[in-house]
Amino acid sequence: MVKTAVGEENFIDMQPNRSNNYCCGGGGGFLQSGFKAQRLEFGRLKDEQIRATGAQYCIAGCHNCHAQIHELSEHYGGGYHVIHLWTLLCLALGILGPNERAYLGDDLREVAVFHPESAK
Amino acid sequence: MEETVIRLGGKRRTTFMEKVREILPEGGHLNLCLTCGACSSGCPATGLEGLDPRKFLRMAALGLDEEILATDWVWMCTQCQRCIYVCPMKIDIPRLVYNVRAAWPREKRPKGIRGSCDMALRNDSCSAMGASPEDFRFVVEDVLAEYREAQPEFAAMEAPIDKAGAEFFLNQNSREPVTEPDEMVPLWKLLHLAGADWTYGSKGWGGENYCMFLGDDAAWKHITATAARQAEELGCKVFLNTE
Ligand code: SF4
Ligand code: SF4
Repeated sequence: MVKTAVGEENFIDMQPNRSNNYCCGGGGGFLQSGFKAQRLEFGRLKDEQIRATGAQYCIAGCHNCHAQIHELSEHYGGGYHVIHLWTLLCLALGILGPNERAYLGDDLREVAVFHPESAK
Repeated sequence: MEETVIRLGGKRRTTFMEKVREILPEGGHLNLCLTCGACSSGCPATGLEGLDPRKFLRMAALGLDEEILATDWVWMCTQCQRCIYVCPMKIDIPRLVYNVRAAWPREKRPKGIRGSCDMALRNDSCSAMGASPEDFRFVVEDVLAEYREAQPEFAAMEAPIDKAGAEFFLNQNSREPVTEPDEMVPLWKLLHLAGADWTYGSKGWGGENYCMFLGDDAAWKHITATAARQAEELGCKVFLNTE
């Protein structure tokens, strides 16, 4: 599905992938546990993995991951963006409005905006 | 390195791990460890608090109950299950970790997780941010009306709550309705274009379940059951978990 949306050549999977992939560290309640330093240390592996792909956008499957990976990008300085799958699909379909782009970077914020006049 | 010699007590007593084995299907395979270390080598929590999954399991197997029940490491294992996936014996370390969490006195468990669980117990939404069913309905209806008008191609888009007989029951992470409502819309659009017959529930719409993370069995069950009952009462066929 992602490949269809972004084009085969623009999709780079992480290594290791699928069930062998590494947890980002946002789950299991870690985000609310108060152990911030340990949480960021846990996420170091995920950050390195994402950076090794060289991709500018990381797609997260859930909110915990989204929040944690967002923080990892800022904390370790990777600068990659994190988006939900639905954002990507609506962007590809040309139906993503100006107010639904909170997590897109500057490179995509103005691309194929649906009803730009409705910007808040 | 640990300098003191660990002496194993003379009198045989039931260890914490043995108790956990009794309640897990096939004992969680907890006593089959080959100490190969595959779990620890791919666990992102390895090294935190001086522990890793193999070490934690060894301590449990040796009956070092006091130590395993005292360490904060159990709140740093995210229960991601990667260790089970790579383990040749399919040992369920995360379930052991879960049961250790559950053995902590509730008031000693991390305040943030406990607070999110308690919020979810406040009303039927089961939202970790404490949003009420009325607030949720207001936000959804408000955002829907706004988008129907601003983007006429979606004038017929719906975002129903408690629609009886809908095929899909959808839950929703609280972060969107509470802090960034526009982020709910892309998924609504996709469901609309796909022609999906779906609904939220006024009860149990909160997708997150911090009571599970807290190790609070009864509250975890309450939250899951509230959502499942609502889906059932509405006659929905598929529960779509967006979390
Ligand atoms: S991977 Fe399994 S068998 Fe190997 S050390 Fe870990 S728990 Fe034991
Ligand atoms: S479930 Fe816990 S111990 Fe196992 S790999 Fe994940 S974080 Fe590590």
